Amino acid sequence: MSYFDSLFFGLYPYVAGAVFLIGSWLRYDQAQYTWRAGSSQMLSNSGMRVASNLFHVGILVIFFGHLVGLLTPHWLYEPFMSPGTKQVLAILIGGIAGAACWYGAFLLFMRRKNDPRVRATGSTMDLVVIGILLVQVTLGLLTIIPTLGHLDGSNMLKLAEWAQSVVFFKGGAAAHLADVGFIFKLHIFLGLTIFLLFPFTRLVHIWSVPVQYVNRQYQIVRARG
Amino acid sequence: MSHFIDRLNFFKRTQTPFSNGHGAMTEESRDWEDGYRKRWQHDKVVRSTHGVNCTGSCSWKIYVKNGLVTWETQQTDYPRTRPDLPNHEPRGCPRGASYSWYMYSANRLKYPLMRRQLMELWRGARSKNPDPVTAWASIVENPAMAQSYKTRRGLGGFVRSSWDEVNELIAAANVYTAKQYGPDRVIGFSPIPAMSMVSYAAGSRYLSLIGGVCLSFYDWYCDLPPASPMVWGEQTDVPESADWYNSSYIIAWGSNVPQTRTPDAHFFTEVRYKGTKTVAITPDYAEVAKHADQWLNPKQGTDAALAMAFGHVILKEFHVDKPSAYFTDYVRRYTDWPNLVLLEARDDGSYQAGRFARASDFVSGLGEEQNPDWKTVAIDDATGEIISPNGSIGYRWDGRGQWNLQQKDGKTHEDVALSLSLVARHDTVVDVALPYFGGVPSDYFQGNTLKDILKYKLPARKVTLADGSEGLLVSVYDLNMANYGVGCGLGADDSAKDFNDAKAPYTPAWQEAITGVPRDKVIRIAREFADTADKTKGKSMIIVGAGMNHWYHMDMNYRGLINMLAMCGCVGQSGGGWAHYVGQEKLRPQTGWLPLAFGLDWSRPPRQMNGTSFFYNHSSQWRYEKLEIKEILSPLANKARQSGNLIDYNVRAERMGWLPSAPQLNTNPLRIAQAAKDAGMSPADYTVASLKSGKIAFAAEDPDNAQNFPRNLFVWRSNLLGSSGKGHEYLLKYLLGTKHGVQGKDLGEMGGVKPQEVKWHQDAPEGKLDLLVTLDFRMSTTCLYSDIVLPTATWYEKDDLNTSDMHPFIHPLTAAVDPSWEARSDWEIYKGIAKEFSRVCVGHLGVETDLVTLPLLHDAPAELGQAFGVKDWKKGQCDLIPGKTAPALIAVERNYPETYARFTSIGPLMEKLGNGGKGIGWNTETEIAFLGKLNHQHTSGTNEGRPCLNSAIDAAEMILSLAPETNGQVAVKAWAALSKITGIDHTHLALNKEDEKIRFRDIVAQPRKIISSPTWSGLEDEHVSYNAGYTNVHELIPWRTLTGRQQFYLDHDWMRDFGESMLVYRPPINTKTIKPMLNQKSNGNPELALNWITPHQKWGIHSTYTDNLLMLTLSRGGPIVWMSEDDAKKLGIVDNDWIDLFNANGAIAARAVVSQRVMPGMVMMYHAQERIVNVPGSAITGERGGIHNSVTRVCPKPTHMIGGYAQQAYGFNYYGTVGSNRDEFVIVRKMTNVDWLDGEGNDTIQEAVK
Repeated sequence: MSYFDSLFFGLYPYVAGAVFLIGSWLRYDQAQYTWRAGSSQMLSNSGMRVASNLFHVGILVIFFGHLVGLLTPHWLYEPFMSPGTKQVLAILIGGIAGAACWYGAFLLFMRRKNDPRVRATGSTMDLVVIGILLVQVTLGLLTIIPTLGHLDGSNMLKLAEWAQSVVFFKGGAAAHLADVGFIFKLHIFLGLTIFLLFPFTRLVHIWSVPVQYVNRQYQIVRARG
Repeated sequence: MSHFIDRLNFFKRTQTPFSNGHGAMTEESRDWEDGYRKRWQHDKVVRSTHGVNCTGSCSWKIYVKNGLVTWETQQTDYPRTRPDLPNHEPRGCPRGASYSWYMYSANRLKYPLMRRQLMELWRGARSKNPDPVTAWASIVENPAMAQSYKTRRGLGGFVRSSWDEVNELIAAANVYTAKQYGPDRVIGFSPIPAMSMVSYAAGSRYLSLIGGVCLSFYDWYCDLPPASPMVWGEQTDVPESADWYNSSYIIAWGSNVPQTRTPDAHFFTEVRYKGTKTVAITPDYAEVAKHADQWLNPKQGTDAALAMAFGHVILKEFHVDKPSAYFTDYVRRYTDWPNLVLLEARDDGSYQAGRFARASDFVSGLGEEQNPDWKTVAIDDATGEIISPNGSIGYRWDGRGQWNLQQKDGKTHEDVALSLSLVARHDTVVDVALPYFGGVPSDYFQGNTLKDILKYKLPARKVTLADGSEGLLVSVYDLNMANYGVGCGLGADDSAKDFNDAKAPYTPAWQEAITGVPRDKVIRIAREFADTADKTKGKSMIIVGAGMNHWYHMDMNYRGLINMLAMCGCVGQSGGGWAHYVGQEKLRPQTGWLPLAFGLDWSRPPRQMNGTSFFYNHSSQWRYEKLEIKEILSPLANKARQSGNLIDYNVRAERMGWLPSAPQLNTNPLRIAQAAKDAGMSPADYTVASLKSGKIAFAAEDPDNAQNFPRNLFVWRSNLLGSSGKGHEYLLKYLLGTKHGVQGKDLGEMGGVKPQEVKWHQDAPEGKLDLLVTLDFRMSTTCLYSDIVLPTATWYEKDDLNTSDMHPFIHPLTAAVDPSWEARSDWEIYKGIAKEFSRVCVGHLGVETDLVTLPLLHDAPAELGQAFGVKDWKKGQCDLIPGKTAPALIAVERNYPETYARFTSIGPLMEKLGNGGKGIGWNTETEIAFLGKLNHQHTSGTNEGRPCLNSAIDAAEMILSLAPETNGQVAVKAWAALSKITGIDHTHLALNKEDEKIRFRDIVAQPRKIISSPTWSGLEDEHVSYNAGYTNVHELIPWRTLTGRQQFYLDHDWMRDFGESMLVYRPPINTKTIKPMLNQKSNGNPELALNWITPHQKWGIHSTYTDNLLMLTLSRGGPIVWMSEDDAKKLGIVDNDWIDLFNANGAIAARAVVSQRVMPGMVMMYHAQERIVNVPGSAITGERGGIHNSVTRVCPKPTHMIGGYAQQAYGFNYYGTVGSNRDEFVIVRKMTNVDWLDGEGNDTIQEAVK
């Protein structure tokens, strides 16, 4: 296990995770007016319906795909499907969602770069974020190519082991990635970096997804404060 | 504590459902609301207003939070009006509401700035010369050095300096200029004191104390309507906007009320609920049209033709056919219609109208011993005797207390009724010739060709004159009827048969060809207007804006309107009259302000100069004059006595004391006293002798001689080069000596006729100004061209006073916060310069005698100049008598090292000579003693014991204490002083307010209504709204004219020679700027010449501030020009295209706004769009596209130069040449290369027109 493996996949996840959580908390407390999605749809609406929906639907599927795929303990699904089946499922769902997300991100990136009104109103970080996401989705899609070479899911298991080691503080997480391909490592590194950048970007709006709207009352009033 | 932790309340969260679970009440934190609450929290609210020439003078709440101004909202605490009148509030507009943006914007000036080249020269010179004055001399007297910084003007390169450094440089430049060339070479330009009186006074007080010159602005802006002094002897006096509500018929003629008088417009709509009809007359579909019941659109520049047709209908129907009793009585008492005019015989047996007959024309002067030359005559209707009725100008200055409009014989004091027409008692019928200009050929304006001399059969009275000869007299009534083409039935002549007679003068049918307005509409509106006035005793009103006054023949447009009002008895009646609104010229506490502003407490008279003649002269615009005298002379003129160029007329006017001069003489006026002493003469006698011998001449006779240059120029509260500088490119070339866009050739290059009175230099000097200093709070176009820029306080950072003609309140500007960064208020800036001047002048200037030339002033005995004919001493036609045939020559003592001490204290002349204005004076000892207590007195130094003038508030208190409008005790004194001259007691107008005294803190608490004063012709009381001429009609105070009445007839030689003794329609002049340029520099796109119209802004605050980002965002973010769809189609231009506009004067680059609002034949550019925001280069000049004045050049009018002749006498901003610019045409075409001149790759190419 090299020094860099240990640094990037053993320690870096905790640094990024700490910045992600503490940073989000600080920003929420200290800079409430900046806690927003920063939508620019009002400035330029053309093409947004396609781009924004493709991107958001795609990335949500990918996000939950990764969450479930990486963090579900093996014993939970082993009775129903083999790692190979899971691998194929992941390639299928991830591939479709990834393609949709990539195309949406691409459109959004071009819009943010080229539309003068959006460009003038947004920050540099807005451009950086959509750029990184586009690269990250690209990398994710590229991992499909080596994966097609070993559909048995062994590689996937290593990644899951790594993720579960990190999240459940099992220690020695980096060792699981010792012999996975470079492209996977790059994808993971960039993913961790996104967590690192998260509190400094518009991504914080993810924390405030209004899930309660699904079953909230029609009218909410607050008690006299 | 923490928003996040506060949200972790899952287990204690309570939700109380209601409405069957459709709603729920939660206990969630409401802290987030504080964000919105804090957004509108503030530490204090301060009352201020905007010191801008918009006439608003609106009360605003300025909000301050954490030491910064955050926003402003409209105040709503004006004093109430009467029960039957809507209140004034809320006043304000979106432009004003956007002002606080400036204070912390990138455009804000933060530090004193100096251009790098000058700073290097100055620091170099200063290190070699311990004396700053010699250091300055070493720079400006070295041509290479001077050239090196002058040619950089307008090209950026400003470097931060310090107050110590700039003050020393400015003071040294002033001292050197005064010592070397004369203090009258130090010039100041600041407009509209009513915007911020103390700030204006700061600079003018400094300049006046050192003998510098203040330039006028009202005439230069062409907002001064010369028609007003001509007809009324009054600069401008108008109703407040509340009086619109008292009107029964309103014509808004060339005034775009909702757009340019936004805070007042509500009265215009409210009065319609009372049933008042409103008519809009504008050449374009202006915003006002939608608020009016009817819209007429005469072709631009032809308003006089329309007015004459209205007048024709009114005279025919309401004076001749079925005379209105009210009108007849009114014109008999209040106009010159009864006055008699002598006829002059012509070669063909006919006659033409000459001058007014005077008492001195008759045997024994009709018993008048004093001023009989200046007493006009009329016929007593009862006896048929010729008498000299009260009220003419001769009575004003004869000390007999009979200057009033009581219908009395001046000699016997018996009541009389003056007769109007002589038809009933004529001795003979004569043919009288009148000039006609409607057929003068014009390239762009359609005429209606008749004979150029029209003849009318008029009744005349034969009399024997004092010299034994026989004279023929006609009345102005009969003359005026003929002048409008209305015959008096004494035989066939050129008068009209009926209204449908299109080939007879001034009928509704006649004007159709010229204006394009259908005749039936003219007849209908004329009838309605007059009928309403007849029934309501004068409640018909005309609201007029300056646009019509910006034509070369503006007097004709304006006299057209004024005549309509006077013949319908509307002037001086509440709800009626002439409502001319152009800018904030109404300085209500004027007589309190004058001593402060012009240092009258230390020395009199101050030096003042009319701006138009100054700029025409010194920016060499006269070198390009293409308008020849013969083009504007009357066909009846005595051509022998009229020759020369326009500049020659101006020079003659200066020599005869008609107009002021600056610089005054071709020698340093500080050196004359010594030369006179050496010659054993008084300075005045010595100057007279030297002028006669030719040893001394007027500077204006050789303006291109370096001795006569204006050397230093201060500009403050003004955007001279970005807004009001007509002939902008000439100013850049000749005054500044920097890059310019002048395209035409001067008289030398084109072999034109050279002036007779002015020395011609083949090579005109460029860069006459050694130093241009501008005070501003923002980086305006003028600042960009200055050598030194001084950061001044904004309108929310200083204490000052503000008044307007639109409402009767006196309003403060208050320092809500201190000036930001290193900015200082104007008062503090000039105080600082004065202090430095007192220091650096030592060793160069001490106590000096300065010889000041003073023109024959209006409202002073000198207005009785030459009663008969025009005599020029220089041509040997008369002797040089200072104050009579030439300017008065007055020796004034200046104590230069005491400049600062004098600046900061009220001087002793107030007690010694008193105070006053408009021909009356009063003692002011009480007020000065009071100010000594209020402001405290200096306790040491040369001004020990004098009242302090340290702060701007001290200065404001001086104004308020000395002015009758704000100090009831002074008002009573002033009315008493006037009563002595009229013989009628007027003090009842102010006695009830004698104890009322308005101080600065009072108006900060709430705007206060002024007290009625004889400075103005309206009253402010419980019964009437302020309206001009009210005291003339109701208190019988004469108008300050030759006849004492409203004059339809102006008899000065020049008025007659130039054909304007009575109203005529004259087409716009030909400025000849198109032919040399049309299709000469083609870019392949079609070109078309269109009339250049420059109305007031929609997205700027009056004349300024189009660089305000908020306003730029509302419009198109840069310069725009409006054009009609038809013209755009011809030129292949679509909306938002970049277009070139140019003529011989220069060029402009702008975007086109193609709109149905605009009629074919004209383009409109809202004036004062800065050349600093989003302006590409012009293919014509190679320079950045200019401002709206880049394509203009002023053309002065000789009749405005008349002086020393009753109401036609010079007054600062009162009478004199005006800078007209509407007659100009520009060539318009689609631009090809949009070149930003910045090499940043943003240039684009517009497709060629197919």
